[in-house]
Order: sequence, then structure tokens, then C-alpha cells
Amino acid sequence: MSEELKLRILNKLESENSIADTKTVFVDVSPETILGALKSLESQEKVNYKTLTTEFWTIEAEGQDQIDNGSYEARIFYAVPAGEEGITIAELNSKYGKVANLGQGKAFQNKWVKKNGSSIVRLVDSIVDQIKADLEVVQATGTHPNTNVIRDLKRRSLIKQNKVLSYSVSKGANFSTELKKQATDLTVEMLHSGAWKNAEFKKFNFDSLGVNPSGGHLHPLMKVREEFRQIFFDTGFEEMPTNEFVVSSFWNFDALFVPQQHAARDLQDTFFLKEPAVATELPEFWETVKDVHEKGGYGSIGYRYPWSQEEAKKLVLRTHTTAVSSQMLHKLAQEPYRPAKYFSIDRVYRNEAVDATHLAEFHQVEGIIADKNMSLGSLIAFMDRFFQKMGITKLRFKPAYNPYTEPSLEIFSWHEGLNTWVEIGNSGMFRPEMLRPLGLEEGVQVAGFGLSLERPTMIKYGVDNIRALVGHKVDLGMVESNPACRLDKKMGKEVFQSAVETAN
Amino acid sequence: MPTINIDKQDLFEYLDNQYNTAQFRELCFEFGIELEEDTSEKFVLAPGERAQLKIDIPANRYDLLCFEGLTRALGIFLGREPSPTYRVAHTENPHRIMVSADCAQIRPFVVGAVLRGVKLTKERYQSLIDLQDKLHNNLCRRRTLVSIGTHDLDTVEGPFTYEARRPEDIRFVPLNQKEEMDGHRVIEFYETEMHIKKFLHIIRDSPVYPVVYDAQGRVMSLPPLINSEHSKITLDTKNIFIEITATDITKVNMVLNIILTMFSGYCSEPFTVEPVEVVYPDGETLVYPNFERRTMTTSTKYLNGIVGVQKSNDEIIALLNKMSLDASLDKKTNAVSGLLKKMSLSDKSEDSQIIVKVPVTRPDILQECDIAGCLGIAFGYNNIPRAQNNSATVGKALPLNKLTDLVRKEMAMAGWTEALTLSLCSHDESFKFLRRTDPGTEAVVLANPMTIEFQVCRSTMLPGLLKTIRENKKHAIPFKIFEVSDVVFKNPELKGTGAQNERRACALFSSRMAQFEVIQGLLDTIMQSLNVRHTRKGAAGYYLAEAELPTYLSGRSASVVYTDEDLNEVVLGSIGVMHPEVLVNFELDYPVSAFEINIEPFL
Repeated sequence: MSEELKLRILNKLESENSIADTKTVFVDVSPETILGALKSLESQEKVNYKTLTTEFWTIEAEGQDQIDNGSYEARIFYAVPAGEEGITIAELNSKYGKVANLGQGKAFQNKWVKKNGSSIVRLVDSIVDQIKADLEVVQATGTHPNTNVIRDLKRRSLIKQNKVLSYSVSKGANFSTELKKQATDLTVEMLHSGAWKNAEFKKFNFDSLGVNPSGGHLHPLMKVREEFRQIFFDTGFEEMPTNEFVVSSFWNFDALFVPQQHAARDLQDTFFLKEPAVATELPEFWETVKDVHEKGGYGSIGYRYPWSQEEAKKLVLRTHTTAVSSQMLHKLAQEPYRPAKYFSIDRVYRNEAVDATHLAEFHQVEGIIADKNMSLGSLIAFMDRFFQKMGITKLRFKPAYNPYTEPSLEIFSWHEGLNTWVEIGNSGMFRPEMLRPLGLEEGVQVAGFGLSLERPTMIKYGVDNIRALVGHKVDLGMVESNPACRLDKKMGKEVFQSAVETAN
Repeated sequence: MPTINIDKQDLFEYLDNQYNTAQFRELCFEFGIELEEDTSEKFVLAPGERAQLKIDIPANRYDLLCFEGLTRALGIFLGREPSPTYRVAHTENPHRIMVSADCAQIRPFVVGAVLRGVKLTKERYQSLIDLQDKLHNNLCRRRTLVSIGTHDLDTVEGPFTYEARRPEDIRFVPLNQKEEMDGHRVIEFYETEMHIKKFLHIIRDSPVYPVVYDAQGRVMSLPPLINSEHSKITLDTKNIFIEITATDITKVNMVLNIILTMFSGYCSEPFTVEPVEVVYPDGETLVYPNFERRTMTTSTKYLNGIVGVQKSNDEIIALLNKMSLDASLDKKTNAVSGLLKKMSLSDKSEDSQIIVKVPVTRPDILQECDIAGCLGIAFGYNNIPRAQNNSATVGKALPLNKLTDLVRKEMAMAGWTEALTLSLCSHDESFKFLRRTDPGTEAVVLANPMTIEFQVCRSTMLPGLLKTIRENKKHAIPFKIFEVSDVVFKNPELKGTGAQNERRACALFSSRMAQFEVIQGLLDTIMQSLNVRHTRKGAAGYYLAEAELPTYLSGRSASVVYTDEDLNEVVLGSIGVMHPEVLVNFELDYPVSAFEINIEPFL
């Protein structure tokens, strides 16, 4: 059938060179069928076609009724007998019902009939039923020369507009009347038989999308984590064993020279544990830590307050991965001096109210560099290099305070979209009051830096609400449809942002 | 980090209008404070309303918490004014505070001082009140450690006493009140007062309350709660008596010195204060304040080395002076080293001893590294030359994380999608909802969670993944999700914390049918990738041993057992079709099959 239609089209073109309107030539064929044939022919470049839209009017059921039986007002006129007597309104209503209601007004308006007391009498002897005549014109031609008539009939819901699509067709670049069967795909049979050599392949529509592969997906936060890990490996960092969420206050705070009265150790900031509640023992050097808090040492005057062993034994969910870094430094100090670089990316906990940007647990990215030659200058230089690998090139540093680092700094990067400097991380040189009790020799400097993993991920993947990224409220659809992580390329909101900027 | 509000016009006038808001923001950045907001930039000010600058101050810089301290520090930093010298006046008969023995049991320490001939204005008065507030909230740890009382000295009469008395024996009219109250009534009265009520707990249950009296037995203050109406400071006050009580002797001195150094500029003899003697029951008499500057020794080599610059002695001294640190060369030791250098006995690099006198305004300076920090700020962090540290170290992944990534990638390649769930959950989710009873030996329980969502550390990965399916109802079935992460449980045998993490791989399948073979297929794939053969009991590899586990449907669950090369058996975890009651508990409509295994044996 479709082959036959295609041949009809091609032959028509052959004889007449073009088809002005398919609906006049192929009256018997539906527009959909025509389109199918044209698309197929176009894909073989045998024809070109353009879509034509023709509007026309058809008669609604009520209109058909008026063509068949006359308009309501005409029917009223004929219901009124000639002469003075006329017909009583009551009789008219009872005989004609709905028609009487609908037709009376128009009949009065046309001055065909008038009221005479309780009766209706004729005003004229004969009438022309224009509505019926107009409807007949529309039925015959699909339209009416007078647009006011069309409007009026439409208002009265007697006619309805319709559209019909048809096509004008001309010869294509490969026009011929010969029709060859097109192959939709290359098959193994074609390979075996050699049929592929003479086959004509159906053209692809390269604008459509392919079939979705049913593969698995990694979580975006984990992809960003992987990128960070690569940067760390590239720059010679060794990964720390951070698979230890429960730590003693000693490792989380005291060993870092965070005083026991520090605000971070309040119940409203840190998760303390009920079971188990306290550490069974403290590391053997706890007294050195106690001394440096209470009395100082290593050139420091210390905090000068009574240090409590009980407070140090309280178990917490670690508030930062530095609780592990300190243990690594302690281990490092047991060996002969060597420069070392450690990193970790893992969960940390804060007893904070949860909102769009804060969770009670999040991932901290942390790096530490232990080296005799470490200075604020080399730390800043390293930060430059590290963030450059993430595609962040415009950095500056603000002096800051942190109980266990001095000098301390906050890292700011220039945000093109917001047109301002935003804080992206913290850094500093660990204090001797922390390092020396851990056993590190004088002159070994240790620099540390940290940032959250969630924040760059939210920027990179354009996620506004952290709960849509981490936790069970994550949108699996998002996980299944996000790009690979390339920290040094624009992603997510950044792409959108730059598109907006270009548009502006 | 405390935020202070500073009057913009006053501040800019102090700096001779050399700065606009943007330039001032840059100055703050360089100095290590942060201009959060200029209220006139954000809001339209009401007529007569003055623009405020909201400035974040580092938590250790108590000397920057008020207009007086901030402008002084910036003035010195910019080289516009010298560091003042704070003096204690010589006084023949200083005021005395006699401490009674009972104080030791509640709030043992008191210090004091007098500011003479002070000229107060509305702004200065407000600044004094605000500074006390800031100190109370930060250094004083919400008045638990230290609390400050300021009085009009001319309304009271020394010597003063600091006592601890039973609440019913204390009677006075508290500040801004008319009613005379006893100690109990004070507690009751302030129970509903927003500002004071949060401090009541400090003394409420004590049999005795600390109280400061004058010579006539008039109550001056009930620390740490409230001063008396009688001795309150007004704009007409000329002489201010300051008493500060504490449980921490170090911090009380810091607080006293900050208040005095900040406001002694308004005394008739600027930066000079009158001492107060504190006499303890054993007769020990201490004189406050102590304005003696702490002397620290450091060296150019150390300072240059930490910051990463090459500055001469003179440059370092000038830079430290910008930070209110009085630095000078140590003539004695430097003479010796100079001689040694001349005799070529010492290396050529300059290394001179530097003596730094730390003013009492900078109690944050504990060690040489703090002086190095000051040098960095004075020089400008962003001016420090970048010097790459090229020590060779070798990058290395943690073996457990390497194993984890291997398993994660195998699962994703097998067509499963990675979830990322929280490691804290409710007790019910971890036990009751999984039809498990809490043996009491498993869950690590939090002491102070804000919501029930964070009652315990997860000891199984299942709740998080089940909840992930629950929250993704609009996702098409089947669900094929996994996570490889840590669970935490108690381990009393473990020294130290008595708790440990374990790395688990967990996967869930959910569709119109439970299709155990699908979840089993994924387990088989992982085992294959780990080079562990599917075998039977007694041979190296893994096998499934039918097991009745409450979380799973009866007869449809098994233990996953691993037998190593030495034929040691270890149960890795479980696999099965989730019990329908579990599905109801987690509000799930479709069958679920799952496995959860410990991957650490494959390290």
C-alpha cells in the first residue's frame, strides 16, 4: 500500500514536475499516510515537501438540525398562523418547547412577529431563513465569504473550525520514479549474502536520542571524592585510615590543644556518646598533653586551667578528621624524621540543626604536610597548586583563628557568578603545643588544610539542597543522570552561569 | 566567632574618612577580621538611624570586641597612632575586697580595679555594656567561668567584701528593678527573663550564693547574675569600681585587663587605672591589675622561616610594632653572636634574638608561633612569596578504600546505582523496624542527639537503603541500589574507644517480585571480582548457609559464609528476601531482596 502510494507520488511528480497540494491530488488518502510516504521519500532525497495548513468549518449537530428543519426563529414564524388571532404564548411554548424559547427572541428582533396581549401575531407575510442559507453555504464550501457570518455561527455553536494538513511536493536531489526497498539496519544475513553491497540504507535521524543503556551509576559525591583523591595521589599524599567514627575527646580535642572549656566541646556542638560513654584508657603521653594545657611548655605559657582526665576520656563522634591526623602524626613521630603528606576524605559529625546547607554528618577533605621546610609561603604555594587542579585559579588568604593552628588562614576563591570572594576552606600550621607532645621533634612544621566535600559537589552538580545530595532523600534519578566529575572543567551551575553571562 | 556592631560614621571619622565601605572591607580582610555587612548597603535606613558595620572578630581577639579596641588596633596597624602604655597608678590606700572563706565552694576568685575620672557619653556607656556582653558570652563561657560587675564607686563605700551566703540572707534591689528581693526571689523573678535566665543554673542549686557587699553591708552584686540598682553606673558616673568574680583565675585576669585597657582611655589620666587589693582568708593579699608585659624571646631565623620571608631585624621589629607588639633586638646575645659571626664561627645567615613585650591586651599570644602569625598579618598573607615545597613523598591509597572502590565499581558496572545514606539513624530503624531485638551489645548510642533520627550509629546498612527506596517512590521499578560504607558497633574488647567501624557492602533489589536470583547474582559477581569461588562448606570460597534471620522471610534467607585459604570460616553477612513486616515498617509497597556483607576479610 505505502509502496504503491510512493510510486503514485513519484509518477505524479515525473509527469507534472510538482504537486501544489496533495489534498487535491490524493483526495482518497489521509494526510498521515501521505506524510509517512513523503518522509520516507525525503529520507532517500527523492522529494522535498512543505507542509500546508488549510482551515475549514464543519457543521455541528445543532447546525445540522437547523439545515434540516430551519432555524429556530424561522420555525417560530411558521408556527404563528397568519392573521390577527395568532397563537397564544402558552400554546406556542407547550407545542414547541425548547425551540420556542430559543427562537422567539430572534424572531422578535427580526420583526417577523410581535406580542399582542397574551398572543403572538405575524408582522410580515413571508421570510427568508438566512441562517439556514448561511449554514448551507458553509456546509458546501467549508467556509463563508462573510467573516461576520462565520463569527455569528460560531458564537451560536452551530459550526466548528477544523484544520487539515496537506503538502506541496517537489523533486528531490535523487529524484527517480524507481523505488528501491531500503534496509533499516545492517544484518548478519546481509553480511553473509553480500546483500549489503547493493543495499540502500534508510537514513538515520541524527536529531533523536539513542536507547538509554541500563547500566549502573556512581553517586556524584563519590565521584567528586574520587577526583580529590586523584589530586592527592598526584601530589604525593598517603591516605589515612579514617574508618573510626568514634574517638575520645582526647584525640578529637585535647591532643590538638583545644582547651576543655572551648565552645566546640559544648553539648550543642558535638555528639557525645551514651554507650560506650568513656574511653577505657588514654595514650601513654596524656600527661604531656595535660601539662601543655595546664602549664605550657615548648616556649608556650599554655592555657593555665585545671585539665581533667575525665573530660578527655569522654567519647564523641569525631567533629573533624584531624582527630585521626593527630594519631597519624603521633605514629610518624615514633619513626626517624621523614617528610610526610597524609590526606583523608571521610565523614565527620556536628550536633547542628539540619537545613538546606547543613547536615549533622558531612564529608571533610583534609590534607596535612609534615616537613622541616614548611612555611606559610610554601603552604600558600601548595594551596595554589592544589586548587588549580580543581580549576580554581583566583585565590586569596585571610588570617584567621583556630585553636590548634598558628598561623591560620581561611582560603577564599573568586566566584565569577556571585562576583565576590567566597570561603572555600581552612588551613594553618599546627601549633607546637600540639606537635611536640605528639612526639614530633622541634623544627618539624606541619601544615594542615580542610574543606567540605559537599560544598564543591553542590556547586559542581548544581544541587541547592544538601539533603537532596546526601542521605536517604537523595533523588536516585539525579544519581542516574549526572555527568562525570571533572573538577577542572565547568560543571553544573557553573556551566549554567557562564551560559547566562554569555547571553548577557 | 563573635560579631560586633560598630557605628560606621564614628569609625570612618576615626580613620579620617580615608576609607569607603569597599576599601574598609579590604582592610579588614588583610587584618584578619571580616566586614560581614554595612547595614546601609542592605537596608534603607530610617531617618536618624545610623549605619552599622557588622564585623566578625576571631574568637581569640578579645581586644577587638569593642569600638575602642578595634579602632586602636587598626590605628596602630596603619601606623597612625602609637601603642599606648597601660599604667597602674601608685595609690597610698587602695580599695580592698575581703574574701570570705565560704566563697571557695561556689566561686572562689575575685579581682578588681578602679577607673578614675571617667567621662562617659551615651556611646561609651553602651560600648562598655556591649563589651561585657561579648566577654560574658565568649571568654567567660556564658558567665560560668567569669562574670563582671561595674559600679559607681561614689555610691558605695569600701572596704568591700566578697562572701558566700544563704539565698534567704541576701536582700537587695536588683539592677533596673524597684522590688527588694532575697536570693530565692531573684531566681524566681529571673526565671522568666530572657537575658538572665540562662545563667541561673550556675548558682541555683548551691546552698550559698556569691555576693559582693560594701562596707555598709549594701549588696553591690549577686554574681554571676545581676548587679544592684543602688550602685549602678549612669552617664554621670565619674569613678567606676570594677569587680570580677570567677572560677578560673587565668581568665578572670584576662577579662579584667581587657575591660581596663579598653576603657582607661577615658580616664582623667588616660590609660592609667587605680589598683584594688584582694585579701584572701589566709591573709594572702593580691594587687590587681597586673599590667606587666610578658617578655618572650624569638629569633629572626624562626620568624622568617615560619612565614617564608627574608626580613631584616629592623623590618621585623617594625612589622611587629604594627601588631601592638613591642619588639627589640636582644643586645646581649646578639653581641655574642655578632662576635662569632665576625670570627666566622657562625653561619652567615642572619639570626638575631628578638625580645617581644606582649601587652596585656594580647592574651592570645601564647607561643612564638603566635608572633610569627602576627608577622604574617603585618606583612600581608597575600604578599608572601610562593615557594613550592618539593620534598618527595609517595602517594598511596588506603588498602581498605582501594578494596571499597573495587567493589563499588563492580556493582555499578553490573548495573546498580550507588546511594549515599546517613550513618546515624533511630533506634527503631536499626532494630524494631528490622524485626530485630537490641542485644544491648551492638549499638553505639548517642548521648545528646537533637532528634530521634540520630539516636544510634547504624550497625547495619539496611535502614538507610530501605529509606532511600521509600523516598524515591516516583522512580520506576526495579530498584537496584547499593552502598559500600561503614557501620559502627560496640566492641568492649577493643582498647581505647570500645567501638569500631566495619566496612560493609549492601545492595537492595525491589520490583514486582522479590527475585532472589537477581540479588544473588550481584553477590556472585562481586565474589568473582574478588576471586572468591562459589563452593560448599569445607572448601576455600564462599557459600550460602540457610539461616533463620528475623529481618528476612522465613526460609528465604541465608548467611554468606567465606572460607579462606587456611579453611577458616567467617560469616560475612546475610542475604534474603526482606520480611513483609519490614516492608510495612519502612512504608514500602514492593517486595525487596537484599544482601549485606563485611568486606574487610578480603583486604
